[in-house]
Amino acid sequence: MFETSLFYLFAGVAIVASALVIGQRNPMYSIMLLITSFGALAALYIQLDAPFVAMAQIIVYAGAIMVLFLFVVMLLNAPQEDAAEWDRTHPLRRAGIGRFGAVLAGLLIVQLVWALVRLNDASTAVNARGDATAISSVRSVGRVLFTDYMFAFEATSILILVAMVGAVLLAARETSQ
Amino acid sequence: MDQATLRFAIQLGIIGLTFFMLINASALLVLAERKIMGFMQQRYGPYLVGPHGLLQPLADIVKLLFKEELRPKDADKWLFTLAPMISVTAAFAAFAAVPWGAETTFFGLLDTPVKLGVADVNVAVLVVFAITSMGVYGIVLAGWSSNSKYSLLGGLRSSAQMISYELAYATALASVIMLAGSLSLREVVDAQNGYWFGVIPKWYLFLQPFGFLIYVIAGVAETNRAPFDFPEAEQELVAGYNTEYSSVRFALFPQAEYINMTTMAAVATDLYLGGWHGIAILDRYGFGWMFFLAKVGVILFAYIWVRWTVPRYRYDQLMQFGWKWLFPAAVLNLIATAACILYFNV
Repeated sequence: MFETSLFYLFAGVAIVASALVIGQRNPMYSIMLLITSFGALAALYIQLDAPFVAMAQIIVYAGAIMVLFLFVVMLLNAPQEDAAEWDRTHPLRRAGIGRFGAVLAGLLIVQLVWALVRLNDASTAVNARGDATAISSVRSVGRVLFTDYMFAFEATSILILVAMVGAVLLAARETSQ
Repeated sequence: MDQATLRFAIQLGIIGLTFFMLINASALLVLAERKIMGFMQQRYGPYLVGPHGLLQPLADIVKLLFKEELRPKDADKWLFTLAPMISVTAAFAAFAAVPWGAETTFFGLLDTPVKLGVADVNVAVLVVFAITSMGVYGIVLAGWSSNSKYSLLGGLRSSAQMISYELAYATALASVIMLAGSLSLREVVDAQNGYWFGVIPKWYLFLQPFGFLIYVIAGVAETNRAPFDFPEAEQELVAGYNTEYSSVRFALFPQAEYINMTTMAAVATDLYLGGWHGIAILDRYGFGWMFFLAKVGVILFAYIWVRWTVPRYRYDQLMQFGWKWLFPAAVLNLIATAACILYFNV
């Protein structure tokens, strides 16, 4: 009972905060709300007996990525968005792009429904795998990451390396001129 | 009283005690800082309030509480108030995962022993790291929301500094975690129980001297202390990110800083100095926590000592030192540790 109410509390916080993120005119508030949402998600991970994932969520997303977002907003000093200034001729408001967005949204709904239908299968599959502590143990996470998902892991690191080299290149070109 | 109620009451007491000690640690550290500074500069320091100036922190708190709260007209109302709260909450919350004493039954009062410390988490190292990294938001938001150039520069510097030094800090931690084979601080501490050749305590300090050095240096930078106190470099930024703050809101920032210092010292004790282990007789009778407090005190003294003896770096020197020296050194230390673990099969 207590755990269920905690779940609804954090799930509610996550949903409300995420919804408010896109409702804010001040980008600074959006960032703070997004951090709140990440925090609530981390709490949900802890309830799922996955403290390692929860802490990784906070360190990586709330700790590193959002600080970077904050930096960008502060340095650009993004002005508050004003609804009246939205002009109808903005490229993002054309009909074709609107339809494309609608198709994407429809796909997302289909995907969500499909996932919800399959939820029972998934939970039985997880239960069949056995102990829930296996998820929480860092040792097992590391073992799976460096054996079963070796390729995906290494491919991701190369992707990040490419992004890093690109960032260095962009920054270096500006100073050399 | 039955065992369950007693146990609950004792655990509640331990949590309350930890909170109480942390609050007092910040007050005591303010006093210690001023007293030690006075000693180093050949003067008395505060000595008027109470015997030898012992009640000075109390006077400071009362003064701060009764000051007028000011907020710049164009400051962001919500974030300006939220920033100090985030700082101090993150500082307190991080200590929740730090164990400060062995399991104890309180001289047979309880059937099964309780653990001294707020929470025993199996990924405690990560919890401390994650929550302390949240503290940066308090400083950045304080700088941004004040609508002042000095504050903004202080906030930006602080976040750049914390991001840079977090890398070296985490890499130094990783070496210890590899040695102990656990992310739980309590297990790391217990792995350091015992002696080599019957005399030298099995502290990771002796296996990881460079790691300890890197951890302490990065820790000083993480807590924004001198010689890395750029966020509040007085000569350049007035007072940095907290320039526009006054009264209680201002008081929360130094308090968060001192609590962060304590957490940093407590984690260093757990990771490198064997936590509460080291003196066999204290361990046996369940007074290991006294030795723990003593070690934390020594580290905190060293923090203050460094502050009043080493002058501040230049900002570019700070960044160079962090990225070109400290971080590579930490990575080399990690690789060397991994190689040794593989070779000697520890």
